[in-house]
Amino acid sequence: MDKLSRRSFVKSVGAATLAPAALGLPALAAAAEQAVHKASTPAASSVAAEKPLYLFFNAEEVVFIEAACERLIPADATGPGALEAWVPNYLDKQLGAAWGSGERLYRSGPWQAGTPSQGYQLPFTPGELFHTALRAINADLKLQGTPFGEMTADAQDAYLKSLEKGGKDLDGVPAAVFFDMLLKMTVEGYFSDPVYGGNKDMAAWKMIGFPGAYANYYEAIDKHGVKFERAPMSLAQNGHGHVHVDPNIPASL
Amino acid sequence: MPQKLKDVDVVVVGVGMVGSIIAKELAAAGYKVVGLERGQPRFTVPDFQGPSVHDELRFDIRKALMQDNAREAVTFRNQSSQTALPIRRWESFLPGTGLGGSHVHWNGQTYRFQENDFVLATKTRERYGADFLDADLTIQDWGVSYAELEPHYDRFEYLLGTSGKAGNLQGKIQPGGDPFESVRSRDYPTPPMKEHFQGAMFRKAATELGYHPYPQPSSNLSQPYTNPEGVKLNACVFCGFCERYACEHYAKAVPQTIILPVLLKNPNFELRTGCQVQRINLDSSKKKATGVTYIDAAGREFEQPAALVITSSFALNNVRMLLLSGIGKPYDPATGKGVVGRNYAYQTMSSVASFFDDDVIVNPFMASGASGTLINDFAGDNFDHTKLGFIGGAFVGAVNTNGRPIQYHPVPPGTATWGKDWKQAVAKHYNHTVMFSIHGSSMSQRQNYLDLDPTYKDAWGQPLLRMTFDFPRNDLAMAQYVTGKAVEIGKAMGAKQVAGNPRKGPYTTTQYQTTHNTGGTVMGTDPATSVVNKSLQSWDVPNVFIVGASNFPQNPSWNPTNTIGALTYWAVDQLKNKYLKNPGQLVSA
Repeated sequence: MDKLSRRSFVKSVGAATLAPAALGLPALAAAAEQAVHKASTPAASSVAAEKPLYLFFNAEEVVFIEAACERLIPADATGPGALEAWVPNYLDKQLGAAWGSGERLYRSGPWQAGTPSQGYQLPFTPGELFHTALRAINADLKLQGTPFGEMTADAQDAYLKSLEKGGKDLDGVPAAVFFDMLLKMTVEGYFSDPVYGGNKDMAAWKMIGFPGAYANYYEAIDKHGVKFERAPMSLAQNGHGHVHVDPNIPASL
Repeated sequence: MPQKLKDVDVVVVGVGMVGSIIAKELAAAGYKVVGLERGQPRFTVPDFQGPSVHDELRFDIRKALMQDNAREAVTFRNQSSQTALPIRRWESFLPGTGLGGSHVHWNGQTYRFQENDFVLATKTRERYGADFLDADLTIQDWGVSYAELEPHYDRFEYLLGTSGKAGNLQGKIQPGGDPFESVRSRDYPTPPMKEHFQGAMFRKAATELGYHPYPQPSSNLSQPYTNPEGVKLNACVFCGFCERYACEHYAKAVPQTIILPVLLKNPNFELRTGCQVQRINLDSSKKKATGVTYIDAAGREFEQPAALVITSSFALNNVRMLLLSGIGKPYDPATGKGVVGRNYAYQTMSSVASFFDDDVIVNPFMASGASGTLINDFAGDNFDHTKLGFIGGAFVGAVNTNGRPIQYHPVPPGTATWGKDWKQAVAKHYNHTVMFSIHGSSMSQRQNYLDLDPTYKDAWGQPLLRMTFDFPRNDLAMAQYVTGKAVEIGKAMGAKQVAGNPRKGPYTTTQYQTTHNTGGTVMGTDPATSVVNKSLQSWDVPNVFIVGASNFPQNPSWNPTNTIGALTYWAVDQLKNKYLKNPGQLVSA
């Protein structure tokens, strides 16, 4: 199961029971009705048939996050999109655990806006920042009339660009700050070890040829210009290649 | 009331590379030494083992080995007219914590500075005239010479087992080495590392252009090695998880693999971890230290009396410890008076990306922290600056250290930052791009300094260190010039597209550059412009020695660790052969 196409992802999603939080998601719910049989390998089907169980994001938030991540890293012939790679699951697990609660973040006031070179200066933890910004975004989109998940891709891109550009206030979260964190975490979820719940099936690593946690190139280093071909390895895979997902790894030794 | 402990001869604040070496030497000489380390004890086995250490998210992005901002941050501003705000998460620089300190997560790049660097102020005036320097630069000579440090560089390199090729052996230039090198008494203890493809391409192009490429000196070793302490290291396997990581293979020279096994066996030494030193205590004369006060991991306060105090923590923390203890006069940029916190400098980092077609395959993930190829033709004062309007320089090298993809996914300038085009560019260029590092010097400047923040506190209620820093005009001009030279090398390699990225101001804390923070407890010959004398002894409190990159009066073109190591053995020499035989001020002001 080297490359999951978007089509096979949709099929496999449909094979699972949808988590309650995702029930409000029209695109995927529709896909679920159309879903049929057949995944590529038995091992893959049992894994891919799962659907993220969202614990941090509520149903409304999931609609935005899933669609936004997929626009940031869309599926195409090059490799998996953020949805196939379970990037929203990565965000959900990171934001719902220690990192989202402000692990390693200096949190004392007084608070004031700084210069760009002074970096992040808001009192929000990452979890608080996402909930706050997403509430404001969904309220904004309700006023505009079309839920994010039902917009065209171009309209979704235009909305994301309006966040990226800045200037919008999302209940105290500057839109550009939220967008920056969303993009950074999307890239993290795409390329991090699958132990964290994203980069499913190491598909993003396969796309670029990164061998992952495999790490011994003593013999290969001076074979100049020869492509190193090896299936990537997760730090959490067992002898059968199954990856034990456990996102709660502390940001310390 | 703090519990008062039994007197010891020496207390060492910070058990990283500097602290481990000094403690080992003094304990072996018969002194009772206590090492206070704020972080956790940690060892190659069981703490640094794979595959769990090969985790980019945990170590690169979440910075698992670094000082915890939640407990101890640094505040920052570009100029003293601004309000400094806390660096709430590290990005620009990464101070480590725990046994072994920042040395655990270094890359093993092991350069010597050049003879000229130690007399930079004098030599600059001699070569270019008194008016050549920008008026606000505050560069000065070190007070110690390269010749004095050479035996200590040598000793430190043999402790590490550094892999390299001499360029100047007892005055004779060696083919294949760095011809700009200052004279060394013997070759490196182990031969150079295998060269990666990027290094080989760079070597060919640089040679064609008339430059002098040589293998990066590496303290990830090319072969197994037993150091003079009897500690064994292994050969590096180019795993690509080096900087920001601890090495699982015993192949990177860090305190755990070079000295701690010997130190921890000596009954004269006691290691106490989880101990946050609050201050060095002074007697009523303020000219003598009586020991230190620290708080342990359980929150209990202790006073540890000692005849001699060594501060051997990260450069920024050395400065803060003196400020918290009231040792030395704090620097005031308005008057230019005072010394503690003066001459804070950094490093001026630029880069070049050379993009190739699919037929050039570089496998960027195969790397050690220091197996590149570089030139010193534009470093230090190795080229004529007369018409250039700046001093200093940078080494230029293909010193690729990893292909970890959250951080490493180069795309040509102008590529979208997200979406289909970005993704396709990432996939297209990941395995076909060569990055150069342009590792530039940083001149000290009157308005750049460190002091205590008036507002923000650490978890123990003590003021955070406040950093006021922006790049001097001189250094940005240097970055522009040397990056231009590096772009020419990228073109000579035959790259399809070459993108130069010279460092621009203002300095930002939001982007990783280096962890080479220097100065603030500068060494020198004049107490009006230095915190310690040439023996690294406090001018004000003679039984306090301060050792680290905080001693650098300005920061030359190379990574600092080898010079910190040389200064450490220099300090050991001054302590054992002078100070401890007759305690008192070693240099009359």
